[in-house]
Amino acid sequence: MLILHCPYCGVDAEETELHAGGEAHLKRFGPGSSDEEFEGYLFHRENPKGVHFERWRHVNGCGKWFHAARCTNTLEVFGTYSAQVFEPPQELQDKISAKRPGWEWRDLKGSDQ
Amino acid sequence: MSEALLKTALSGASSDGFVRVEELGPQGMITLRGDFDSAGFAAAVKKAVGLALPKQRKISTGKGGSVAWMSPDELLVLVDYDQVGATVAKLNAALEGEHALVADVSDARAFFRLSGADGAVRDVMAKLAPVDFSPAAFGKGDIRRSRLAQVAGAFWTPEEGVMQVICFRSVAQYTFDLLSVSAETGGEVGHFG
Amino acid sequence: MSTRLSTGGRLLNKDKQVRFAFNGKQFHGFEGDTLASALLANDQMLVGRSFKYHRPRGIVASGAEEPNALVGLGLGAKFEPNQRATTTELFDGLNCSSQNHWPSLEFDIGAVNNKLARFFPAGFYYKTFMAPRAAWKHVFEPIVRQSAGLGRVPKDRDADRYEHFYAFFDVAVIGGGVAGLQAALAAAEAGAKVLLMEQTAHWGGRAPVDGGTVEGEKVDDFIDATVAKLQAMENVTLRTRMMGAGVYDHGYLTGYERLTDHTPDQDGPRHRLWRIRASQIVTATGAIERPLSFAGNDIPGVMLAGAMRDYIVNYGVSSGDRVVVVTNNDDAYRTAFTLKRHGLEVPVILDARPEGGGKLAELAREQGFRVENGKAISKVKGGKRVTGVAICTQAGEGAVLEEITCDAVAMSGGWSPVVHLWSHCGGKLTWDEAQAHFRPDPNRPPLGAEGQGFVKVAGAANGEFDLGAILKDATEAGLSAVTAAGLKPKSKAEAPAGETLAEANPAAVWLMPQGAGPALRMKAFLDYQNDVKVSDVMLAAQEGYESVEHTKRYTTLGMATDQGKLSNINGLATLAHSLNVDIPQVGTTTFRPPYTPISMGAIAGEARAETFQPLRRTPMHDWHEEQNAFFEPVGHWRRPYCYPRQGESHAEAVSREINQTRAALGLLDASTLGKIIVKGPDAGRFLDMMYTNMMSTLKPGKCRYGLMCNENGFLIDDGVVARIDEDTFLCHTTTGGADRIHGHMEEWLQTEWWDWKVYTANVTEQYAQIAVVGPKAREVLEKLGGMEVSKDGLKFMEWADGELAGIPVRAYRISFSGELSYEIAVPASLGRALWDKLLEAGAEFNVMPYGTEALHVMRAEKGFIMIGDETDGTVIPQDLGLNWAISKKKEDFLGKRAQLRSHMADPNRWKLVGLETLDGAVLPDGAYVPASGNNANGQRNTQGRVTSTYHSPTLGKGIAMALVHNGPDRMGEVLEIPGTDGTIYKARICDPVFYDKDGEKQNV
Repeated sequence: MLILHCPYCGVDAEETELHAGGEAHLKRFGPGSSDEEFEGYLFHRENPKGVHFERWRHVNGCGKWFHAARCTNTLEVFGTYSAQVFEPPQELQDKISAKRPGWEWRDLKGSDQ
Repeated sequence: MSEALLKTALSGASSDGFVRVEELGPQGMITLRGDFDSAGFAAAVKKAVGLALPKQRKISTGKGGSVAWMSPDELLVLVDYDQVGATVAKLNAALEGEHALVADVSDARAFFRLSGADGAVRDVMAKLAPVDFSPAAFGKGDIRRSRLAQVAGAFWTPEEGVMQVICFRSVAQYTFDLLSVSAETGGEVGHFG
Repeated sequence: MSTRLSTGGRLLNKDKQVRFAFNGKQFHGFEGDTLASALLANDQMLVGRSFKYHRPRGIVASGAEEPNALVGLGLGAKFEPNQRATTTELFDGLNCSSQNHWPSLEFDIGAVNNKLARFFPAGFYYKTFMAPRAAWKHVFEPIVRQSAGLGRVPKDRDADRYEHFYAFFDVAVIGGGVAGLQAALAAAEAGAKVLLMEQTAHWGGRAPVDGGTVEGEKVDDFIDATVAKLQAMENVTLRTRMMGAGVYDHGYLTGYERLTDHTPDQDGPRHRLWRIRASQIVTATGAIERPLSFAGNDIPGVMLAGAMRDYIVNYGVSSGDRVVVVTNNDDAYRTAFTLKRHGLEVPVILDARPEGGGKLAELAREQGFRVENGKAISKVKGGKRVTGVAICTQAGEGAVLEEITCDAVAMSGGWSPVVHLWSHCGGKLTWDEAQAHFRPDPNRPPLGAEGQGFVKVAGAANGEFDLGAILKDATEAGLSAVTAAGLKPKSKAEAPAGETLAEANPAAVWLMPQGAGPALRMKAFLDYQNDVKVSDVMLAAQEGYESVEHTKRYTTLGMATDQGKLSNINGLATLAHSLNVDIPQVGTTTFRPPYTPISMGAIAGEARAETFQPLRRTPMHDWHEEQNAFFEPVGHWRRPYCYPRQGESHAEAVSREINQTRAALGLLDASTLGKIIVKGPDAGRFLDMMYTNMMSTLKPGKCRYGLMCNENGFLIDDGVVARIDEDTFLCHTTTGGADRIHGHMEEWLQTEWWDWKVYTANVTEQYAQIAVVGPKAREVLEKLGGMEVSKDGLKFMEWADGELAGIPVRAYRISFSGELSYEIAVPASLGRALWDKLLEAGAEFNVMPYGTEALHVMRAEKGFIMIGDETDGTVIPQDLGLNWAISKKKEDFLGKRAQLRSHMADPNRWKLVGLETLDGAVLPDGAYVPASGNNANGQRNTQGRVTSTYHSPTLGKGIAMALVHNGPDRMGEVLEIPGTDGTIYKARICDPVFYDKDGEKQNV
């Protein structure tokens, strides 16, 4: 059972306080978008074995959404960060590169170190 | 309006195990949302309740009531039930021009008090919430939102040997039963002394 | 004979006799006994029957690994099957019975299977039940069901209570033997917050039985002193009778504490499941002795050598008068010494190693024991009890050299570290060739949240068996756990010097004798409970089962309640041998929590009876209960479905409630409706995105019905939105939708439009809400007095704040029934007061409180949709003829893009219509309307389905709503709709608004 640090209230919350919200950093496509764009937004999801970025909500707590970077294979948590960003902070990306050199996720690429 | 008409969720139910559980109230509660970084917001709270903004996961108490940190943009203001209307009005007036939300939620909650030996009170809570209740991790002035078994709850310890718990009004009976069964004699854990 | 000795029994209080019953027979034991030791003391070696062949089974072990001595414990509401006698502490009045036999333990009809054993080899079931197909249903399944399962299922509701407990530690140590005590002490002295748990009632583990010295003193003294030291430390929590049940991700550890199993009359919870978070976990879980695989090794009286020693030292119980010891290692010699010390006879020690043992063997010879090197047991003689053994050379095929009379056999196949908890969360093992066992690989520990190892191992669990080495290993484990937990050790403990006689390495003996032929292999048992023999595993290998996981399932090896604690290593070694590969190549099966079975009650914790699940109650709930309302669950709410009166059916009650509401006055407790405040300069803009309608144009003081869709375009909720002021809206949601829609709004605000200035607050429970409905609604409100509720003073779809009967209220003039209707919101604490006043004032109109069914029927009569009835997650507003509620002006709202997809815009979608049966009958709920022909799967084509169906008391006939292909274009057409009972209903397609189409009744 996971523990994630809620960056909003500072609690190391166990999974029973949290609600999983699927993949992070999706770009919304609304009216005017092509069928392909809309299909990608609505249905296409990453399913990596390794580095992944997710949305979580501290539902039995402060109620805030946040982002988590973790390894789906070992369940190692690289970090949690604000929900109000379009991509993971560089500092966190560097930390992941140190632990998982050469990681890739959608358009993001870690360094090989 | 007659006071006699007011009914809390459980009409002041209580139980005595190795910890006493009692329903308190009615208790005035106001949800206040706004920008904590705005000077105007902090000034309004100070003006209406006489208290500075509490730090993360803290509750501060003064003569006029208490203010609890609920999230980075939400406070819970506790005042006497008959002061709620006046306090809401004061807050709204002081927040004129600020983007903020003030809502009376006094009736939306049930309010409980656990009392007994400090360790025993912590033992009861630790049966229900996935929270470290050791005095070092959770002391006077701390407030925590979490879950109590299957429902959301918030709690703080105003003094040694006392825990105050709030939950939604509709699940008052469930929460009271949870606390009472956890405090039943024979279930002493002795973990927190 | 097994019997009570006059010596030994360090755990007993011989002043306190305890009565207990086994299979109805009364026995005596002492305080401190386990059920197993007390049974042995009463010469009850035979304790059960095996699962498949119903062979007689005796006690074989003394702890958690026991596969045979399983009993049904307790009576009635306290009954529990499959309880291990070896871990059951004896108490006065204990009542238990053996399992898996009929009519009696001594004479069991099922034992005929034993005679047929050669016809029930591994995979028997799979091979037999393949064909013919019909035989499965009519022959095999009934037989298998009849004979399957050990133990009886309890019939009564469990009388006990249980609980959980959340606790947090730097270091949690599992196992209270010498290693666990020392590891805990090292960690605690270094300043960590430490938990030490021990599954039995006693500290010290095996050490007091096995002996040895620490710093020159008896190991018992070291144990007492260490426990005393730990007890005095404030940063240490000590718990006995608590088993480390499972290790999970991120340092989650469950501890299973048995509080009153040994004192069942005591008040309080029976079990407590500790839900622990520990930065570091140290498993000091010891080791389990392995049986040896020789013919007849399952006959009652054949026991593990260490267990036999335990029974003598701990409980003063002998398992036999004349005991043959057979071993592949040095430790079993200790059993021989113990037996002799207590006056029992050991005719021979058979040591399978040709070169014999080390110092312990030397000592045995000095003491005059007959020790035979390179010798083995060819077979054990006896039926329900050992009568003797036939001796052979280990190197041969079992030719009998000599027969020796004895009534018990003490066997030792070496010791396997208990690696379960290490392995639960992914810790890997390494094969130790010298010790012939798997032990934890320190380089591949289970990984925690930071990617670091979070489990350390100490003592025998780590493959250390020498007391000095154990203490060193444990000290190191305790200290390294503190550092790994991120703490700076305050002090560094030195390991005390421990001493035991050095042991020579064991020999790998997987079959005895090594060349045993088929006849012997068929009687050499690996898994006692499931009757898996060496021959079965060899057959599996021969039939192509190479993976240990497949072999396990094919043979059922290790699948019994003991989960292979005794059988796994012997089994996989046999498999490796048969496949001619190395043991590590075969590997182990997966270790899964819990370590031993834990009670269902402990898992449920407090979630039983009143606290099984939260029931949500409105402020008027007590009144509903007083009226004997029939409740229906709506989410966690309990809402009155109807209020049946004496002698009235539910249908009659619903009709009465509707008729009186439409004729005069009805009251509905609508408190469960969701209420969400949305406030801020961007609130209108935000709600324009949330709803399909335009909300930003709503005027303060007005209400508007709105629809919400998700990004897929499908309807998820509906409700009335009231604009409170320029910046503030109040959104009503469905009963089930309050939390969900509030969360939905917050999600979009926090994760997509975080720069918009909007705050929300869920105030659902702040207000009780009462719908005052019917032609007399205005009159009754005017009677209460205090605010303007006239036709023009509070128009349809307006709201106003005011007072009624001195109570502050907000009145919304909205209608879900088609009648003149007001919904009155009032602070929840005053909800009951207003409800009572309305009942009192409404008495002259014969006011009728109504339930959810009347609400549903009245809305259906008006053609109003219900989320969850007309919608099912695949329905868009356009399907329901709600195009009027979809803004054409807005560039965007949630679901708009999705509704432009070709399938959504397809004119062939099923659309909402009304249905009226030709004969007035009520259509079955959810019925499908068939169409001609079959689809690609050979199923009948369909052209629609019934979404809501009721008897309308207002119209005196059955009415329904349905989604029908091209429905709105087919008005007047008669459909044939089959019920499930063969009836074909005929129903005419009509307008879904059945009642008061022009809305004259609500607009008065």
